[in-house]
Amino acid sequence: MIEVKNISKSFDGKTILHSVSAQFKDGLTNLIIGQSGSGKTVLMKSLVGLHTPDQGEILYDGRDLLKMNNSQKKELRKEIGMLFQGSALFDSETVLGNVMFPLKMFSDMSYEEQLERAHFCIKRVNLVGADDKYPSEISGGMQKRVAIARAIALNPKYLFCDEPNSGLDPKTSILIDELLVDITHEYGITTVINTHDMNSVLGIGENIVFLNKGHLAWTGNKDQVYDSDNETLNDFVFANDLFKKVKKYVNLTNDK
Amino acid sequence: MLKKSLESFGRYCIFMWKCMSVPDKWREFFRRYVQELLRLGIDSIPLVLIVSVFIGAVCTIQMKLNITSPLLPKYAIGMTTREIILLEFSSSILCLILAGKVGSSIASEIGTMRVTEQIDALEIMGVNSANFLVFPKIAAFVSYIPVLVVFCMVTSLFGGYLICIVTGMVSVDVYIYGLQTMFTPWYVWYAIIKSLIFAFIISSVSSFFGYYVEGGALQVGTASTRAVVTSSILILLMDVVCTKVMLQ
Ligand SMILES: Nc1ncnc2c1ncn2[C@@H]1O[C@H](COP(=O)(O)OP(=O)(O)O)[C@@H](O)[C@H]1O
Ligand SMILES: [Mg+2]
Repeated sequence: MIEVKNISKSFDGKTILHSVSAQFKDGLTNLIIGQSGSGKTVLMKSLVGLHTPDQGEILYDGRDLLKMNNSQKKELRKEIGMLFQGSALFDSETVLGNVMFPLKMFSDMSYEEQLERAHFCIKRVNLVGADDKYPSEISGGMQKRVAIARAIALNPKYLFCDEPNSGLDPKTSILIDELLVDITHEYGITTVINTHDMNSVLGIGENIVFLNKGHLAWTGNKDQVYDSDNETLNDFVFANDLFKKVKKYVNLTNDK
Repeated sequence: MLKKSLESFGRYCIFMWKCMSVPDKWREFFRRYVQELLRLGIDSIPLVLIVSVFIGAVCTIQMKLNITSPLLPKYAIGMTTREIILLEFSSSILCLILAGKVGSSIASEIGTMRVTEQIDALEIMGVNSANFLVFPKIAAFVSYIPVLVVFCMVTSLFGGYLICIVTGMVSVDVYIYGLQTMFTPWYVWYAIIKSLIFAFIISSVSSFFGYYVEGGALQVGTASTRAVVTSSILILLMDVVCTKVMLQ
């Protein structure tokens, strides 16, 4: 479990995160939701140590990230996988090279074992026949899959995904979401996902943290979203007509 | 202005400190070192070749046209051409030209990796990204620059030789005699030592500008321009210092 206590972060005097506290649970898909610019990425990058918060605690199963020395951080990072918004694949490496990269750098495996593990991960994300392609030669959805394969190559305990389905069509988005859920459950990973996509919120939100302008505004799960009377949350989640109708319908059937 | 420069210099020093640590995996380091050797060094050969041959030729013509005093022997043409090439052209001017090619390519490559979060991805895995990306570049370029310098010397003088043959404005024998007269081997070493310093400036300064890009494609472009301008100015400054220290 990852526990965040009273995290604040400001850039150039402008406060982005206002004393946010949250818990991200093992084996679940934990969602950080909120409008664009609400500070989701900043929160996630603080969680993994790419930003240093001004105050607060970040506990990885009790270990405080902010009090770690460099070698402890390095150890922790081996337990972390991350999927970036733009996939962040290495341009100069092939798909296989990208997935093998963390294995090459951080495992004691022989080359054959690395290759086997990389192929396993690539297969796990349902990507075949693209081993020798370069990131620029494959579609956005495939890039995400490669990035997921790379992130899980070292068997992480914690997986972070920054807007995993931004820039993807709805169908591919759902496939990626499902893949993330499956992987989370299969390996008992603590998965944290940033999203502003309502399909994801209502589809895979097993534990949701709602950020509004850098403030923690609501926590709960996807079923509780429907009967929440938190106005900012409703405004955000049920912004479009379809979702408004869905909510009405769900509430009607629940009342009966 | 001064405060900003000092601040940048401080950040540059911290950056260099991060770069200059022992690589995590030597195998990976050598793989990248060889890649960079190809991209930064060997790929520069055609440019060096073209520039050198032409400048060597032009230098020889200029010397012929400007050394008009009957008191000066004919072989002075070959000799002065040689001195110009060895003392300044093969190191300072060549490095200024390479700052444009190599510097901008390094800065834009690393800058792009920054804005597309590839550097963050490295950091997340626990890789020292500065060391991983930049150290092989610096090592490759600095270790290859002597080859480029010597290559430049040879081809420039060959350019002068060609112009003698083609135009016949100076006889080939006199030119070659001039090249050999009062030759100081130390000048070759002087050029090589200077170029090592310049190569370090180009590769490290450009990496620095690329590494700290914030924003997007536009900022990568700006960073690469600034990398070239700054390394050129530093090269000129160091040239003055080196000349004063090493030739006096
Ligand atoms: N490195 C940074 N420096 C300054 N401001 C930043 C930085 N990163 C993010 N911000 C600001 O923080 C706010 C929240 O950004 P972000 O977390 O990326 O939002 P999102 O929820 O869309 O991911 C934005 O207003 C952005 O301008
Ligand atoms: Mg974001």
